[in-house]
Amino acid sequence: MTTSSRWRALTHHNLFWPVAVLVVLLLVNVPFTPDFFSVGMTNGHLHGSLVSIVLFGSPLILVAVGMTLVIATGGIDLSVGAVVAITGALACSYISDQADQSALSAVLLAMGIGLLAAVICGLWNGFLVARMGIQPIIATLIIMVAGRGVAQLITDGQIITINSKPYKLIGGGYWLTLPFSIFVVAAVVAVTVVLTRRTALGLLVESVGGNAEASRLVGIRSLRIKIMVYVFCALCAGIAGLMISSNTSAADGNNAGLWIELDAILAVVIGGTSLLGGRFSIGGTVVGALVIQTLTTTIYTIGVPTQTNLVFKAAVVIVVCLLQSPKFRAKVFGTKLGAKFGAKGGGKPAAAPAEPAAATEAAPKMEVS
Amino acid sequence: MLNRRNFLTAAVGVAAAGGLAACAKEDDSSSSSSSEGGSKAITLGFSQVGSESGWRSANTDSVKEAAKEAGYTLKFSDAQQKQENQISAIRSFIAQKVDVIAFSPVVVTGWDAVLKEAKAKKIPVVLTDRSVETSDESLFVTLVGSDFTDEGRRAAKILEKVLEKAGHKGPVKIAQLEGTTGAAPAIERAKGFKEVMDADHKDDWKIVVSQTGDFTRAGGKQVMAAFLQSNPDIDVLFAHNDDMGIGAIQAIEAAGKKPGKDILIVTVDGVKDGFVAMSEGKINAIVECNPLLGPQLMEVVKKVKDGETVERWIKTKESDFMQDQAKEALPTRKY
Repeated sequence: MTTSSRWRALTHHNLFWPVAVLVVLLLVNVPFTPDFFSVGMTNGHLHGSLVSIVLFGSPLILVAVGMTLVIATGGIDLSVGAVVAITGALACSYISDQADQSALSAVLLAMGIGLLAAVICGLWNGFLVARMGIQPIIATLIIMVAGRGVAQLITDGQIITINSKPYKLIGGGYWLTLPFSIFVVAAVVAVTVVLTRRTALGLLVESVGGNAEASRLVGIRSLRIKIMVYVFCALCAGIAGLMISSNTSAADGNNAGLWIELDAILAVVIGGTSLLGGRFSIGGTVVGALVIQTLTTTIYTIGVPTQTNLVFKAAVVIVVCLLQSPKFRAKVFGTKLGAKFGAKGGGKPAAAPAEPAAATEAAPKMEVS
Repeated sequence: MLNRRNFLTAAVGVAAAGGLAACAKEDDSSSSSSSEGGSKAITLGFSQVGSESGWRSANTDSVKEAAKEAGYTLKFSDAQQKQENQISAIRSFIAQKVDVIAFSPVVVTGWDAVLKEAKAKKIPVVLTDRSVETSDESLFVTLVGSDFTDEGRRAAKILEKVLEKAGHKGPVKIAQLEGTTGAAPAIERAKGFKEVMDADHKDDWKIVVSQTGDFTRAGGKQVMAAFLQSNPDIDVLFAHNDDMGIGAIQAIEAAGKKPGKDILIVTVDGVKDGFVAMSEGKINAIVECNPLLGPQLMEVVKKVKDGETVERWIKTKESDFMQDQAKEALPTRKY
């Protein structure tokens, strides 16, 4: 009895299904690459598949964490990929103009310039969404489309290659035998969790996502919260942009962060955050991003033919999403088990945010008029 | 219900904004070029793939410069690697009644409909750099560009030399970084390479892993990192372009191996950064794919406009480079 109730508690935990999928994906690799989990030392740093997954997945985790808060307010940010490209392009083009590319002050200034541009993009998105009442998907689409052009203008359509040791550290370097990017991600995630869960900020974000107008009426500055999450999201994308360009020591205005917004949204969804807003899980998002990166690495290591890459990816994503649907689980695993799942993880939470979302949509219009 | 409504609104919005963006781009390029041309000058509509690499930008610059020199009015459009953008660009060229349409197709198939529209309006079409598969050979006049299959063959031939020079004995395990799936250079370079391999090295060469790196550095790095995990004993890397090779070099170094020594590397293209890597001993050989085909294209455009017959395939002039030639050739690289 106790074991079954523990099992129930476990399967009802919001991280259960994402983590289960992650574990299964990792295990799938073992028959193909027997030493998949082995981590060795080369040149004084750890090296192995798990390390690569975290290293290459870092930018996605960052972008997805920022995206989580935006989605929690009932919004969405499509511009993150372009912000990634702009940040990397600005930082690299500044460094490439320096006589001494490895000068620490120049590198820090370059990163500052890049992140400043990211913050400006975030302010613009926040301004359009919160002040002008434009639908988030349209407001952020502007930078998504135009931003990549801006990045190409900065790089002059070329790939800018740089040779800077300090800049290489943030996305491709190692510290204490681990990829430095892990520490950056850990810091950002920790700060986000502390700010949202140890202060009232998380609650405010959720309440704005639940019902922006009601939040405003009870005294929450919902416009300010909204602008803040877009700035935060862009800042995360900016750091990811520094990482991506640092990883290859080159700024590629055209390809850096291409479609990362879609992967980030997917990571957020896999992590159990409702796209309707009103509730979020940072931990789930991190796991979701790791699932996507593991999937990508798996495709490369198990030798899925190139032409079927996307189909394979799609199939896995469909399975993940179905597993997360309480209705689907109820149908497949039988009514009794389904009732159990349905009781807590079932239709209620999915239905509950639906109503406030209607208000979210209406709210900005009211403010404008 | 609500879900669906939101989604529909969003979808319409995306479509509208996408359309706006496309229009804006089109307007920019034509307004800037229309001021240059005289009334009698040949008007050339050129749709470029995108600006995905240094190679491509050099190609774009070459076409723009050559058009200016020849005194043609160039209507330039960037497809940003999307076929639908390119098709709408070609349609707008047809609507603008340009004299000749030239384009570098994003992918190999799916061009019949729009090319038939051009043919119906009697506008000759010249392909540059990449070819297309069509049911009707008369839909385009000629192709100005490289022979990718031959580049694949040349890569295999030069690999023989590289192996000999490195003193490699016994079976050769090859990893292949493919270009964007479905793109002609990716398909044909792989085909050409395999052709030589099957003919001359059936027993000793083997491609153990092959995966797309999307012609980008980040792609090359990530895929190579995974390759090195699943197949730590790779002898040779054949990358379909320099940028993926450069990314792979970083992954090889991170795995504690020496690119150019532990793993021999052959790439295609010959961009400047590729030559830099080769002069540092990290790439063993580069098969050149020349993007500077602007002048050749303008010649062909003139001939086509005048109704002269031209060859079906006008190949660009290219050569191969081994490591010892890298330092010498580096200063002359324009792209």
